[in-house]
Amino acid sequence: MIDEIQKRLLAEIADLHTVPSGAYNIRANSQMAARNTTANIDIISKKDVSGIDIRIKPGTKNESVHIPVVLSASGIKETVYNDFYIGENCDVVIVAGCGIHNCGVQDSQHDGVHRFFVGKNSKVKYVEKHYGEGDGRAKRILNPVTEAYLEEGSSMEMEMVQIKGVDSTVRTTKAELAANASLVVRERLMTHGTQTAKSIYETYLNGDGASADVVSRSVAREESFQEFSSRITGNAACKGHTECDAIIMDKARVLAIPQLDANNVDAALVHEAAIGKIAGEQIIKLMTLGLTQEQAEEQIINGFLK
Amino acid sequence: MLELKNISFNVQDEKKEKEIIRRLDLKIDDGKFVVVTGPNGGGKSTMAKLIAGIETPTEGRILFNGEDITEKSITERAKLGISFAFQQPARFKGITVLDLLRIAAGKQLSVSACCEYLSEVGLCARDYINREVNASLSGGELKRIEIATVLARGTQLAIFDEPEAGIDLWSFQNLIRVFERMRTANTRSILIISHQERILEIADEIVVLANGQVAKHGKKEEILPELLGTNNAVGVCGCLKRRDDCD
Repeated sequence: MIDEIQKRLLAEIADLHTVPSGAYNIRANSQMAARNTTANIDIISKKDVSGIDIRIKPGTKNESVHIPVVLSASGIKETVYNDFYIGENCDVVIVAGCGIHNCGVQDSQHDGVHRFFVGKNSKVKYVEKHYGEGDGRAKRILNPVTEAYLEEGSSMEMEMVQIKGVDSTVRTTKAELAANASLVVRERLMTHGTQTAKSIYETYLNGDGASADVVSRSVAREESFQEFSSRITGNAACKGHTECDAIIMDKARVLAIPQLDANNVDAALVHEAAIGKIAGEQIIKLMTLGLTQEQAEEQIINGFLK
Repeated sequence: MLELKNISFNVQDEKKEKEIIRRLDLKIDDGKFVVVTGPNGGGKSTMAKLIAGIETPTEGRILFNGEDITEKSITERAKLGISFAFQQPARFKGITVLDLLRIAAGKQLSVSACCEYLSEVGLCARDYINREVNASLSGGELKRIEIATVLARGTQLAIFDEPEAGIDLWSFQNLIRVFERMRTANTRSILIISHQERILEIADEIVVLANGQVAKHGKKEEILPELLGTNNAVGVCGCLKRRDDCD
């Protein structure tokens, strides 16, 4: 059964206010709380380790899979393996995410390992949101690992969002792209307090015509620390772009390490990184429109992370 | 009514104090369309910033509707009814034209109301409403959006700092029409910093600011003839040519 706290967490991470339509698997406090499969999407529990296999039949279009995880009991520490097998010519939306409510004294930690095997010419939109709450002294820790293997002509768009309440994160994302496959990553991150967030992206463009666009926008407040490390390796005639754009505030620290590795004369790779505080002229402009300095900063941050 | 009383503004320049505004007195009556011109470095933009609260005077008082606003913040002055269109408007990643107009209006303006403000400044609303106010906009587009935010505020006093700087000829023609319309509507005070003959022509009053002081202030009919042919009242081509050195 899903309680009120867990319902709220689900709303935060998956915009779920009721049971989702389509296939879903809701994991609450290390147990399966609800599951639904459809004619085209099957979900099977793994036998050797904790986790599930999600199998999507070739040609499945306009369907969605929700696999949210919520932790509301203090002291849970788990690693979960979820594998997505997406057939050829699919067009699907996958929503994952983890919400932790920890009011206790023991740390809560969820490490999700997600692997995506995307079939030829399939299109996948993947949304992953992280959220933490609770006033306990214990830490809320999330270390997601995402691996994506994109076959010829397939495309994947990843939206990674972590705005609030997660004390420590190491996000590791690795993608391998075959010919004409494309990957778009949009990361949105905000840290505050003494939080640390580390994002590591490794993208391998292995086939001609492959392309990747890995962009992170983040805001680091108070004494938090962020590290963004993104490497694109071009092994074929491909296009790659990675960008980190960060707003730094208070006493925060941001480390951006974009890397490009070209192994082919036709690999066109670009990186950009910018870290800076909110521009004074932006704050002044919004103040002349009647906002206070604090309201102006909030508007600028909200827009930036939108 | 806006009154500047004995305003001075100094800045530190390599260990010596430099006077930008010197004991300046100026009165702007309600409902007047006033254009401020004068040589570069004469203190025009600084005066505009002092009125909006972006800079604080070293000496003197600023009164707005009889109330002393010298110590008030930018936000407080904005709320009292002062708007400011910047010479070089700020850009914002992620904030759309619609967001900005709503912030300016201070309420959830309907999309159609926002479109009216955009049409007013000669922008096709449908193309712009959801655009981000970022580096993808040209200088002229940004400038017109800046003016639209001032229109959306609808305050008693609107200040425009060199609205013609940094825009192309086509945008300029449009801009003149915007000010002509504001002039006709004439329900509030408008203060424009400009060297532009076309803008000076539609003024009720002209102020010439030089060396941080009011050198001349009077009706357009009296002041403009003296200015024509000087750098204080340039034609459109002249202004575009010397755009690089407009301050």
